[in-house]
Amino acid sequence: MNAVVMPDGMRDGVAPANGVVAINGLTRRFGRGPAVLDSLDLTIAPGEFVALLGHSGSGKSTLLRTLAGLDPVNEGTLSRPDAVSVVFQDGRLLPWKRVWENVVLGQAGADRRDRAIAMLEEVGLGHRVDAWPLTLSGGETQRAALARALVRRPAFLMLDEPFAALDALARLKMQRLVSRLWARHGCAVLLVTHDVDEALMLADLAIVLDRGRIRTDMAIAPERPRHHADPGFIHLRGVLLDALGVQDD
Amino acid sequence: MPATVIPSATVPWHGRTMLRHVDAHTLLRYASPVILVLLWQGACSTGMVSTRQVASPMQVIMTGWGLLRDGTLGANLGVSLARAATGLAIAVVLGVGFALISGLSRLGEDIVDAPLQILRTLPALAMVPLFILWFGIGEVPKIALVALGATFPIYLNLHKGIRSIDPRLLEMTRMLGLSRLQTIRDVILPGALPDLLVGLRFAVGMSWLMLVVAEQVNAESGIGHMMMEAQDFLRTDIIMVGLVIYGLLGLVSDQVVRLMERALLSWRPVHQRGQGA
Repeated sequence: MNAVVMPDGMRDGVAPANGVVAINGLTRRFGRGPAVLDSLDLTIAPGEFVALLGHSGSGKSTLLRTLAGLDPVNEGTLSRPDAVSVVFQDGRLLPWKRVWENVVLGQAGADRRDRAIAMLEEVGLGHRVDAWPLTLSGGETQRAALARALVRRPAFLMLDEPFAALDALARLKMQRLVSRLWARHGCAVLLVTHDVDEALMLADLAIVLDRGRIRTDMAIAPERPRHHADPGFIHLRGVLLDALGVQDD
Repeated sequence: MPATVIPSATVPWHGRTMLRHVDAHTLLRYASPVILVLLWQGACSTGMVSTRQVASPMQVIMTGWGLLRDGTLGANLGVSLARAATGLAIAVVLGVGFALISGLSRLGEDIVDAPLQILRTLPALAMVPLFILWFGIGEVPKIALVALGATFPIYLNLHKGIRSIDPRLLEMTRMLGLSRLQTIRDVILPGALPDLLVGLRFAVGMSWLMLVVAEQVNAESGIGHMMMEAQDFLRTDIIMVGLVIYGLLGLVSDQVVRLMERALLSWRPVHQRGQGA
């Protein structure tokens, strides 16, 4: 857990403090346009599950890309662990590598295959170890992508709308899977999603991003497992939808 | 003839369907050329066409058999194959080398791509007089001509393949912490392989084309030479044997590349196989 990204001339000594991820005054703009991220502050505690909601263009993706180290930090500070993993919406498996090789891509060691198999079994894909990625279904692809992310033992896992392309049933199964995996691996998670119910089912903290600022920041009661029909969610759902600009009549 | 990147849709693959559905449609497809050959034979046998202009199919077969038995065909074929293979091997090395240089670095592209794009618009066959002056009339100009013609399709297709690797995959490998070398080995090269094989297929076709011309200019052996000699003696049958041989060579070499595609690109779903990129 060490500060990895510091803009030049701005080493102001913001410590990771109590968070595994700490963002302070992060601002990002493209060209002379309005700020996509507007002096954003966010701290994610170790093992905390944060859901990030927001409209398209609210800065969700930019925030995630910055956290992933794919976009530079120009203004503000960001500290995050070295061991981070990302699961993208489209899986991004290499089609010419078998599923298990995708999982341990770039990993060294003689036990690569064993580790891949163990991880694939954990995500319920033990029967497709030697399959070619293009023969997988959408849900299976995302399971493999999850396995690839977790086999690296990340302290911080980012999920970029990982279930958006799945059908409703597959999505429910994947949500349960993520919940189980998170409980077992104990990494901090940032889940970017459009789905309010998904956030309520999975997260400790739901954040609504609007024009690069945090508009709503809402803790969700910690009891688990959770159920979609929980009456306590009605109020929370209303708050989140309201923050997203959807009136719940 | 400038070598070009031909869209993959122009090379469909029928092998599988032909094996499975031997139906009326397929029979008709084969019947048509067979009937044409029969008509040709008939025209020759009845004297409608002079066999001095066109040898009959039977004559071609007999002559081919004769040339095979006295060793003429084998010797010339060996020489032609060696020239094509050597030229093609050089083309693969050059084409892949240049494509890697210009595909993997901006600087390399600036240096390598422009001259190659200029050169490729030049009809390679127009180089024949120059090659003869430079390399004489031995094996070198023939091999050089084959290599020249076959380099461009390999370069162009592989370069395109490297440049069109999905940037999202490259981003992902960056996230996973792969080194530059690992990225080239695990992502860029396998991702560009389908395009390389398409290029190779065009290169093989191009090398036969180059060989035909090279062997008809100052050659003392090879299929082309055999045909030119036959021209002096009005032996249309030998000329046609040469044509058949060229045709078969093209067909067989194309099949070899297709087999390579099937073996190397087994990760692609069946319906995509053989479709190039």
